[in-house]
Amino acid sequence: MIRLEHVTKSYPTSTRPALDDVTVEIDKGEFVFLVGSSGSGKSTFLRLLLKEEVPTGGHVHVAGKDLHKLSSWKVPALRRSIGCVFQDFRLLPNKTVSQNVAFALEVIGKPRSVVDKVVPEVLELVGLDGKGKRMPDELSGGEQQRVAVARAFVNRPMILLADEPTGNLDPSTSVGIMKLLDRINRTGTTVVMATHDAAIVDSMRRRVVELSDGRVVRDQSRGVYGYGA
Amino acid sequence: MRAQFVLSEIGIGLRRNLTMTIAVVVTVAISLALFGSGLLIRAQVEAMKDFWYDKVEVSVYLCGESSQAATCGGAAVTQQQRDEIQADLEAMPEVDTVFYESQEEAYAQFREQFEDSPDLVENVTAEALPESFRVKLEDPTQFAIVASAFAQRPGVEEVQDQKALLEGFFNVLNKLQLIALIIAGVQVVAAVLLISNTIRVAAFSRRRETGIMRLVGASNLYIQLPFLLEGVLAGLVGAGFAAGALVAVKAVLVDGQLRPNFPVIAFIGWSDVLAILPWLFLTGMLLAGLSSFVTLRRHLRV
Repeated sequence: MIRLEHVTKSYPTSTRPALDDVTVEIDKGEFVFLVGSSGSGKSTFLRLLLKEEVPTGGHVHVAGKDLHKLSSWKVPALRRSIGCVFQDFRLLPNKTVSQNVAFALEVIGKPRSVVDKVVPEVLELVGLDGKGKRMPDELSGGEQQRVAVARAFVNRPMILLADEPTGNLDPSTSVGIMKLLDRINRTGTTVVMATHDAAIVDSMRRRVVELSDGRVVRDQSRGVYGYGA
Repeated sequence: MRAQFVLSEIGIGLRRNLTMTIAVVVTVAISLALFGSGLLIRAQVEAMKDFWYDKVEVSVYLCGESSQAATCGGAAVTQQQRDEIQADLEAMPEVDTVFYESQEEAYAQFREQFEDSPDLVENVTAEALPESFRVKLEDPTQFAIVASAFAQRPGVEEVQDQKALLEGFFNVLNKLQLIALIIAGVQVVAAVLLISNTIRVAAFSRRRETGIMRLVGASNLYIQLPFLLEGVLAGLVGAGFAAGALVAVKAVLVDGQLRPNFPVIAFIGWSDVLAILPWLFLTGMLLAGLSSFVTLRRHLRV
């Protein structure tokens, strides 16, 4: 589903590459934690998968496509097969919960009949049924992140990328979000989650890929956050 | 593509940026009004050429008893000179028709022309006005040939080309047209810069929305179209104001003021104005559309 072959990414303003000869393969339906300290290259890893960044060297394959060969007008189609969740939720403050989720469908041209049918379904899936008419600032952080997950998943993507989705949440709320991501993973969606949260990684016992200074220093199935960390 | 979605995005964008949008509309309107004025002036010159070039004549004035010109020798033209001049004029291939105007006929026309100024008419007698041949040319631009053939002949006081009088007027109009087009050009530059700045501000104020649109895989067209249409809409509204201004100039200035006061001059008709209006809208649309498009390519890349 996702394959990185000897991928290097250097930014012109930095002497050290953000990713240095990274080779990782992630199969369909896997749940992978991407761990490492700040600046270890986790975010760059995720941005490469979306073709928001282009690698300096090596090849990135996502959903059977070689992103190097993917022409720019096909990038939107790639992104429709990938859902994204972020630490800061990124909701539209002037739209209701339903409208926020519907926005993701409207801007890819889905007809109103589909939107009206799919949005309540996905809100129920993330545990927000009955809160569709609320505004984002009326919700708790955990609920807002559920809206973001609903928006990322409403189009039923093959891959869900989560960049520190529990970074702004307290531990008990985080557990709820993790259960939700786990449920989405069980529908067959590949989930890649970058995180700092050792407790979550340790409790989930899923594959762990650890980055340090842009290199893969550990790739372990059923891993924990870190040996000594 | 969901038209309703795009339209609501345009509405939001225009309202958020109301002051900038007004600035764009005003600049585009001024620019296009001047551009349209330039075209109207050209149409006016053409209308006058069509009207007058059919009627302009070369006047060959003959010597009178009080003529001072060297070719007259202090005496009036003789019957023999007059007949020779007429025969030679009619023999020239450039000449279409020749019409003789006697002193009495010239006086009659003079009285008619200045009937509002009786003092002037009283002080002029038929003998003070020159007799002349009114020559109509096949091609009104061929004046020089006639002038060189007759200007130095005995009995001819002066050869006058009416077209030269018109040309002076046309020169003034052409200069006005040039000035209008230059100011229009400067305003176009201002409009392009304003539009590009407006689009940039709009793109910045909606970066949250466009960021999400990019993430969920909205196509470039879907992201950029609302911005592009915003620019085009502002351009079209500006063109609408410019069109209104031109129609007002035609109705109030040309039909209301100039035509009653200068009944002998041919003025532009409504068909001339209507022919210009589509160009205003097309120019406004292209101006706004192209500058929006170029700005978007730089500031809203996927």
